[in-house]
Amino acid sequence: MEKARKGIEVSIALAEAAAQADVDVVAAYPITPQTHIVEHLAELVAEGELDAEFVPVDSEHSAMSVCCGSAAVGARTFTSTSSQGLALMSEIFFIAAAMRLPMVMALANRSLSSPLSIWNDHTDTMMVRDAGWIHVFVENGQESYDHTLWAFRVAEDPQVMLPVAVNLDGFILTHMIEPIEYVDNQTVKNFLPEFKMKNALHPDNPVSMGCFGMPEIYTETQMAREEGIKNAYPTILKAWEEWGSLTGRYYHPIETYKTEDADYCIVTMGSYGETAMEVVDALRDEGEKVGVVRIRLWRPFPFDDFRKAVLGKQALIVLDRAISFGGPGGPVASELRSALYGMEGAPSIVNYVAGLAGRDVARDDFRKIILEGKNKAYAHDTDGFTLYGLRG
Amino acid sequence: MDRFSVFSSRLVEKAEYFTSGHRACQGCAEALAVRLVMKALGRDTIVAMATGCMEIISSPLPTTAWKVPWIHVAFENSSAVVSGCEAGMKAMMRKGKLNQKKINFVAMGGDGSTADIGMGPLSGALERGHDMLYVCYDNEAYMNTGIQRSSATPFGASTTTSPAGKKSIGQQTQKKNLPQIAVAHDIPYVATACSSFPFDLMQKVKKASAISGPAYIHILSVCPTGWRIQPHDAIRYGRLAVDANVFPLYEVENGEYRLTYTPYKVLPVREYLKGQGRFRHLTDKEIELIQKNVENDYAKLLKKCGGQG
Repeated sequence: MEKARKGIEVSIALAEAAAQADVDVVAAYPITPQTHIVEHLAELVAEGELDAEFVPVDSEHSAMSVCCGSAAVGARTFTSTSSQGLALMSEIFFIAAAMRLPMVMALANRSLSSPLSIWNDHTDTMMVRDAGWIHVFVENGQESYDHTLWAFRVAEDPQVMLPVAVNLDGFILTHMIEPIEYVDNQTVKNFLPEFKMKNALHPDNPVSMGCFGMPEIYTETQMAREEGIKNAYPTILKAWEEWGSLTGRYYHPIETYKTEDADYCIVTMGSYGETAMEVVDALRDEGEKVGVVRIRLWRPFPFDDFRKAVLGKQALIVLDRAISFGGPGGPVASELRSALYGMEGAPSIVNYVAGLAGRDVARDDFRKIILEGKNKAYAHDTDGFTLYGLRG
Repeated sequence: MDRFSVFSSRLVEKAEYFTSGHRACQGCAEALAVRLVMKALGRDTIVAMATGCMEIISSPLPTTAWKVPWIHVAFENSSAVVSGCEAGMKAMMRKGKLNQKKINFVAMGGDGSTADIGMGPLSGALERGHDMLYVCYDNEAYMNTGIQRSSATPFGASTTTSPAGKKSIGQQTQKKNLPQIAVAHDIPYVATACSSFPFDLMQKVKKASAISGPAYIHILSVCPTGWRIQPHDAIRYGRLAVDANVFPLYEVENGEYRLTYTPYKVLPVREYLKGQGRFRHLTDKEIELIQKNVENDYAKLLKKCGGQG
């Protein structure tokens, strides 16, 4: 196995993972903002290094539509988008999951207009939280690469058959150059079997897909979806387990750092997890009994893993990257509050929203959030949320 | 390639790929058009269909009227979905993941889906050059949602969103010329057809499926419900539309225009408008105006056909 790491832009590494997965179809549209992910795939096709159809479509809406058609014939399908692009394709994004069409999307998380912004937060992905896709969040370049291959494995598993979004922070990850270890093609082949879709569209086995549902059947179809995504959970774990045994890099739905003896924890999702761990190291030196809980699997939400991870803690400081306007605060905090509701000895939750549209949340900011959040929690000041760093 | 000049009902494919038992209205000439199109295409066909009448009448879960692989995703994107099917199969066949086979990739949509909401995806698919056929079933309004006007509704027609009234003639704009928009993409084949002329229609579909690259067929599909006529008159009104030169039958092969049918005796437009509830409010003066427009449009088309006719 190739163990050497190379310094490479995360977008390029992610694209190369998709190429190693031997994708058949890539459909994409350059709505602002763009990443190098699909550009690099187009280049690989143009150079003959990847045998795939690159479909440069007329809109993001068509990108997702092409992906649906491609997945429906059983082709391995990849796309990538962000913010406004995701908003435009959202109609079809929901349908892709409802029709159980496996595909992988690199979702470079960015804010939504208005005002127009191309920078990173989680506003876009929260919009499609309930679309029925499997959502995973990565923290760095290596995880982006690993999870692209993992996502194909999960999406195309006959027990799953769902689209998977690999959420990576726009710019903070997509445009960074990081040391990344590739796996060789043989390892990819062993990990990722050829996609054989059972009921793909083909004249030899005519099926009708995307039929019309009257009220007497719609409810049942939705229950089937709910069961479908929940049943994906064991496959998700198994794929991580196998990836770990092949690469030594093990992943889990909820990951913890220095939480065993912690009194309270900061909870993050996405690339902020790494900064949080650094700050927690420093705070530990000062005697703070603090840890980090990182949410990797967002849908299906790992309720049991999360409850287990925070059992016995006094407080959680949840860092959100989006606002549910007029609602209960950040979407992650609201999810976690609901996960803990009624649990005996549940930690209290203090919610911060920070880092909207790429505003930097540096180590000092984390430190402030953690310490201030702790005081709030201990003072039972846990309602609503705080928009961190708001200028007067 | 088939000899396209032979007309014989005995040569028509017996098999049905769009089967009976679907839920179309009585006298639906659009369902007839789908049936004829499918006979011409045959079994080795993948259909991507837009939301609309034909989709809901043919696929209420857990039933289906389709004997070929069929997919519906949304209203505006059948051309993008079929692009994906074509791209996916092309890649898999090239890479040896699928056995080689000639498959017809066909997108279908109504006039609302084609002329309005799906215009961008259609233009994109034609421009990208996928080996596909797009069939527009034009019944001249959003019939599935309750007869709202589309940009393919003809001037003077009363619909629920372009109602005729004391201060309105009904639809105040001219019908969008979709075949001409398709021709502007420089694709190998564009044609108009009508299910009242079944052989002409099927020949065109066969021709379109035989060529490689994108093709577009625009089918006038009489809708008794929306046009407010008797179901048993659907076929007759299709003939009247063609015989009055309101909807000429022609094809454009690699840019070359050709009329495929010339009325023996051109009927006055009044004959076509008469008896249609959607046009009942029109005055003689307004009918005269429509007559002039039809004559002008036909003259322009004849010119493109090199004066043929």
